[in-house]
Amino acid sequence: MTYQEKKSIVSILSTILITAGYWAYMYPQRPGGGLESAETFRYWGSFVLVLTVISIAAHIVISIAFNIVYRISTGEKEPGFADELDKIIELKSHRNSFLVFILGFMAAMASLVIGQPSQLMFVILIAAGFAADVTGSASKLYHYRRGV
Amino acid sequence: MGQHLVGNHIRKLRFNHDEMTQQQLADKAGVTRQTIVALEKGNYSPSLELAFRIARAFGLSLEEVFFYGEE
Repeated sequence: MTYQEKKSIVSILSTILITAGYWAYMYPQRPGGGLESAETFRYWGSFVLVLTVISIAAHIVISIAFNIVYRISTGEKEPGFADELDKIIELKSHRNSFLVFILGFMAAMASLVIGQPSQLMFVILIAAGFAADVTGSASKLYHYRRGV
Repeated sequence: MGQHLVGNHIRKLRFNHDEMTQQQLADKAGVTRQTIVALEKGNYSPSLELAFRIARAFGLSLEEVFFYGEE
């Protein structure tokens, strides 16, 4: 298995771990009371913002750790640049990731249209972000293994 | 994935060039080893520029390294 394939797998696993860990920590702290209270909106707003920051920081740390482990275990240096195949795969994975997020976004808006609580809209949006991230990494893995 | 009509003799040529490694060819052509792996498996049709760079790495013409369709 090549560096890019291993990195895609690590990216999928780290996304699942980060999101699941953060969700397990934060979700029990959701405010009670009225579903549409200002506190509820503040909670979900901070949930998304903090998750974004933590996710970026954790991905950077995990990526550095992965590169160190890869160098030690294989004796090879990771590629320091993206060539034409990398760029094509990046584009395809972004397209798939974007499509999944847009579908989630539409579902979130539809939940409001049919009169569901705004809390559900936030949950769908976060789930769509998670699914989009996993789809992007899975697309990369697929194209690196099966070609473009 | 889609059927790739551009084939190549990269694996055989590497063997005939002092068993050049995929990494050595990748370094000469200015790509990553992953791309050479994909080319050898027939999973990727290179750009014209990359095809020329690979042919040049072997000191051969384009047609001696790549072919179109079945061969």
